[in-house]
Amino acid sequence: MTLARDDLAVMPAAAPARWTFDAKALIAVPGLVFMALAFAVPVLMLVGDSFVDRDGFSLAGYRKVLGDPYYIGIIGNSLQLACITTAVCLAVGYPAAWALARIRGAWQVILFALIFLPLTVSIVVKTFGLTIMMRRDGIINFLLVNLGFIERPMRLVFTEFSLYFGMVNVFLPFMILPLYSVMRMLDPRLLDASASLGAGPVHTFLRVTLPLTMPGIIAGGTLVFSISVAAYVTPGLLVGDRFMTMSQVMAKAYLNIRDFQLGASMAVIMLVISAALILASSYLVRTPGGERR
Amino acid sequence: MALFGSLFCRLVLGLVIAFLFLPILIVLTVSFSSSAVFAFPPPGFSLRWYASLGKADSMLQAVWLSTQIAALSTAISLVLGTLCAIAITRGMIPGAKAVATFMASPLMLPGLVLGIAFLQAARDFGLRDTYSTLLIAHVVITMPFIMRTVLASLSLFDFAMVDAARMLGRSYPAALWTVLVPNILPGFVSGGLFAFIASFDNYPVSIFLVDVRTKTLPIQLLNQVEMSPDPTVAAISALLILGTIAALIVCDRLVGLKRMASI
Repeated sequence: MTLARDDLAVMPAAAPARWTFDAKALIAVPGLVFMALAFAVPVLMLVGDSFVDRDGFSLAGYRKVLGDPYYIGIIGNSLQLACITTAVCLAVGYPAAWALARIRGAWQVILFALIFLPLTVSIVVKTFGLTIMMRRDGIINFLLVNLGFIERPMRLVFTEFSLYFGMVNVFLPFMILPLYSVMRMLDPRLLDASASLGAGPVHTFLRVTLPLTMPGIIAGGTLVFSISVAAYVTPGLLVGDRFMTMSQVMAKAYLNIRDFQLGASMAVIMLVISAALILASSYLVRTPGGERR
Repeated sequence: MALFGSLFCRLVLGLVIAFLFLPILIVLTVSFSSSAVFAFPPPGFSLRWYASLGKADSMLQAVWLSTQIAALSTAISLVLGTLCAIAITRGMIPGAKAVATFMASPLMLPGLVLGIAFLQAARDFGLRDTYSTLLIAHVVITMPFIMRTVLASLSLFDFAMVDAARMLGRSYPAALWTVLVPNILPGFVSGGLFAFIASFDNYPVSIFLVDVRTKTLPIQLLNQVEMSPDPTVAAISALLILGTIAALIVCDRLVGLKRMASI
């Protein structure tokens, strides 16, 4: 009570107002200190570890990773996995998101929920379902044989087909949702205007739809790329050691062979890739490429 | 032509939904199969795999551990994150935008990198207790979800109401509790739900922190899938899926699905 009255009394004065300002800012301290100690310090220590071996400063970890064609190939595998997954997700997700954004009423809510729900199902559970599907007596072979595409069931699990099938399955909603949120805002009258001015569908798509939905493409692409380049559970179960990725090497370095400098160096390289991606996407969104006008 | 395009897009959308649900429906189907192998189509219907869950001690322990860690880490993040978000929104601290980015940034880092960082730091600090290490790591995992939703809710909240409550005699903490908290409850519910799911489902961080006796559910599930996959795994997965759907429906009733997804 007294505090409130004091506040009223001294409202125009600067000094007491400043005191309350400082005291209230203290509420941020526990969260900030916690995140500094439990998050920032460990990540910085990990970066530090990548430059240190038993004798002190050393670049041996990086020399090992960047000087060995085996590890360069693994980094290439991770990037290839992320590129193909992102490209397929975009190709499939773009028309799907478009349809979702154009449908109105109750159907839109239902279809949106159906895209959203798989996101909340555990990745381990979905990948487990995928491994069952890929079995010789699984549903994919069942369908292929019964539809007459193949004579007898073929081995699918531990192939790159099952890897990409699974990656797209797990990460596709991460592409559709950002695309949908941008497409929903697009005024459909713009397309009619373009058509009535004589532009064909292809021309309208390239000059109107595509530039206007570019922020969604960038957001969805960045999201899918950054999570698929770091994916661990899905590639691990669907192809295993046949297609080694950076994640696989990092986990092995710490959990099996105990080469911590190798793991730390790989982790820092992955950090750099993620950071570069985030910076590039925020630069692309900000660039006046026509999409904001 | 335009009609053809829109039909094509709708067809793709339908196929995409079928494709996304395929592995989920497969797990549900297998869990009711009478056969111990995952043959398709299943030879018959049975509930034996659900009955055998009662004896799966290590699985039940993992469910209990994951529930505790997810609930506790979400609760801690809610308290620490909301207090921080208030200071950020009110501009009480310098560099508010940078602080907000920092608090939400664990979401942008690869999970495995975070996991390795926690493992090394716990070793260097001499933290040997698996439970507390897991809990601390999971607070970091859940924090971004709370920060994003609570910051979004606070940006729509009129802080003059807090000032009004204080003029009417409430202390600052009491004003926050009675005026601010009920108003941004939807943000708490949706942020809390996603934080809980993120923690409950986390594999890449937890894998570095668990030990033989203390395993979270995703670790235990994946172990079982790799070692001896049988429909018991499908049964527990099916229960997880149903639990998630139930939680989503409850939260949808509370705040609306669209609002939850627009974080």
